[in-house]
Amino acid sequence: MGTMTDSVIRIESLYKSYETSAGLFPALKNVDLCIASGEFVAVMGPSGSGKSTFMNLLGCLDKPSAGRYVLDGRDVANLGKDELALLRNRTIGFVFQGFNLLPRMTLLENVSLPLIYCGMEREERRRRARELLAKVGLEDKADSMPNKISGGQQQRVAIARALVNRPRLLLADEPTGNLDSQTGEEIMALFEALNREGITIVLVTHETEIARHAKRQVKFHDGRIVGDQTTHNEVAA
Amino acid sequence: MIFAMLGEAWRAMGANRLRTLLTMLGMVIGVGAVVLMMSIGQGAQYAIKQTISAMGSNLFVLLSGNTSSGGVRSGSGGAHTLTVGDADAIAELPGVQTTAPIHTGNAQVVYGPSNWSTSILGTTPNYLEARSWQVVSGAAFTGSDVRSATRVALIGKTAAENLFGDEDPVGKTIRIRQSPFVVLGTLAAKGQSMDGRDQDDTIIIPLTTAQRQVFGTQFPGSVRMIMVQAATQEDMPAVEKSMTGLLRQRHRIREGMDNDFFLRNLTAAADSAEESTRVMSLLLGAIASVSLLVGGIGIMNIMLVSVTERTREIGIRMAIGARERDILLQFLLEAIIISVGGCFIGLLLGIGGALLVETLTGTMVIISANSVVAAFGVAATVGIFFGFYPARKAARLDPIEALRYQ
Ligand SMILES: Nc1ncnc2c1ncn2[C@@H]1O[C@H](COP(=O)(O)OP(=O)(O)O)[C@@H](O)[C@H]1O
Ligand SMILES: [Mg+2]
Repeated sequence: MGTMTDSVIRIESLYKSYETSAGLFPALKNVDLCIASGEFVAVMGPSGSGKSTFMNLLGCLDKPSAGRYVLDGRDVANLGKDELALLRNRTIGFVFQGFNLLPRMTLLENVSLPLIYCGMEREERRRRARELLAKVGLEDKADSMPNKISGGQQQRVAIARALVNRPRLLLADEPTGNLDSQTGEEIMALFEALNREGITIVLVTHETEIARHAKRQVKFHDGRIVGDQTTHNEVAA
Repeated sequence: MIFAMLGEAWRAMGANRLRTLLTMLGMVIGVGAVVLMMSIGQGAQYAIKQTISAMGSNLFVLLSGNTSSGGVRSGSGGAHTLTVGDADAIAELPGVQTTAPIHTGNAQVVYGPSNWSTSILGTTPNYLEARSWQVVSGAAFTGSDVRSATRVALIGKTAAENLFGDEDPVGKTIRIRQSPFVVLGTLAAKGQSMDGRDQDDTIIIPLTTAQRQVFGTQFPGSVRMIMVQAATQEDMPAVEKSMTGLLRQRHRIREGMDNDFFLRNLTAAADSAEESTRVMSLLLGAIASVSLLVGGIGIMNIMLVSVTERTREIGIRMAIGARERDILLQFLLEAIIISVGGCFIGLLLGIGGALLVETLTGTMVIISANSVVAAFGVAATVGIFFGFYPARKAARLDPIEALRYQ
């Protein structure tokens, strides 16, 4: 396991409350967590326990109400909007439960979209996107539209898009939630392969079967971390 | 980057073709109206300018008034108050380029079997100079023709056509009120005057010949009109003043008495005519611009709808690294493409409309490069101006709020 210095994620007494009609609702309470480079973490817990809230904070899509979040050595609280966008573009790849592909674009265009925002040339964009589509086994579908392929294939495209800018951290909020268990297993195999290549993965699931693929399981309950265990012995090596 | 964005904007608009076209329609109508109005207005201005430059520049006309003796109004047979001497004296004033005494009337003119009633203008060669009126074939008469009252004539285009048809008038003899005149030359076409008269329906003869032999005045020294040309436009006010003073002195008009002549500043009258067409075409352009404004508001409206509809898309783009300025640029480009595209179609329609007006009514229209450039500039500005608010609204969305939007 890595030391504090090469941890990708370091979180200290993180709080997040939502404003609701019934007043402030605390969705995360005093969360502390460190995730080292190369880890594969499954975030588990019942529905409503704050998993998605936590992931959105990790992905710099939302801001914490209190506490510290240090990503890749930088305190996120000190970053401006453009710097956060840059983090989302380069450092983080986010995979959603609902795939979130842009429906009017071909798979290739969907995958190359993040590269537009870092100003890459068209030819290089297409080359990289094709490479990533090949990696998730969909190179022959490059010019298809998202609604012409299955859910599992869409999630593969979404993963390719998340990886196209070579992020250090891959975040996935219930990526298998909309898929049958067979397809879910295939997606998890893909994540495992990616993790073996060295990318840090944090993945939300409430299925133990799915969480089994990760090396470490973090359990949430009512906005708090109630369990943190490392299952595979080889991780500690 | 910008090309990638353009491609995306294009695709987004293609996804909703009917709506895009309807939104463009506002710009199409606005630009079409502006271009049409501007070309008609500029055509009218040009026509007026032509008339003015045909008239000659920096001109005054002095008209004889009443003989002041005893306040008795002189009838048509009476003496005119202005004299050839006045014209000569005015010519000596500083800032005066030239003066030409004029005697006019209508007369029947005969050539062979044709006869034609036209205006006979008796004057000196200075008149042609003041009005910058060219003799296109043959030659003008000279000062010695005026001194010896020879029967020679210069013939205007309309009069020539009616008397001679296709024949060359130069050297032919015509009869004006029975007296034979040799046509020395033909005059360049001048077209209509500002009051709509055909200036080419005229015959110009030496002043003395007109007075003594055609109209038979008893007062050979007096004339009905004097045309005065100032050297420059700037000289005109000074010339007007010194000329009035000189005439009052020469006519012995005492302090407090009215002038016995009328002075008209032709150039000022022409300028005001030009000014009024200019104001008119500006007004037309301004009215047409309102439709451009309405078109712009249409664009803003549709862009706002589009931003709301695509909130989730915006959220996704932000989640994968789009900055505020990327989203802003994307929506701004869409607005600009719509407005410039609409502008292009509007331009074609406006030019087509202007050409149609020209063929149907014969009104002169001018489609200037300026108005085309201006139309494109305005369209792009409208696109940016009215596209900016919706685009900024899109760019300022919170990533997580946008992603949650259903
Ligand atoms: N935008 C929001 N506004 C108010 N409450 C919210 C919002 N998002 C989530 N919550 C609440 O916060 C709690 C945690 O939600 P979430 O993080 O989505 O849980 P999970 O992903 O574990 O199901 C839930 O009780 C949920 O109702
Ligand atoms: Mg959730």
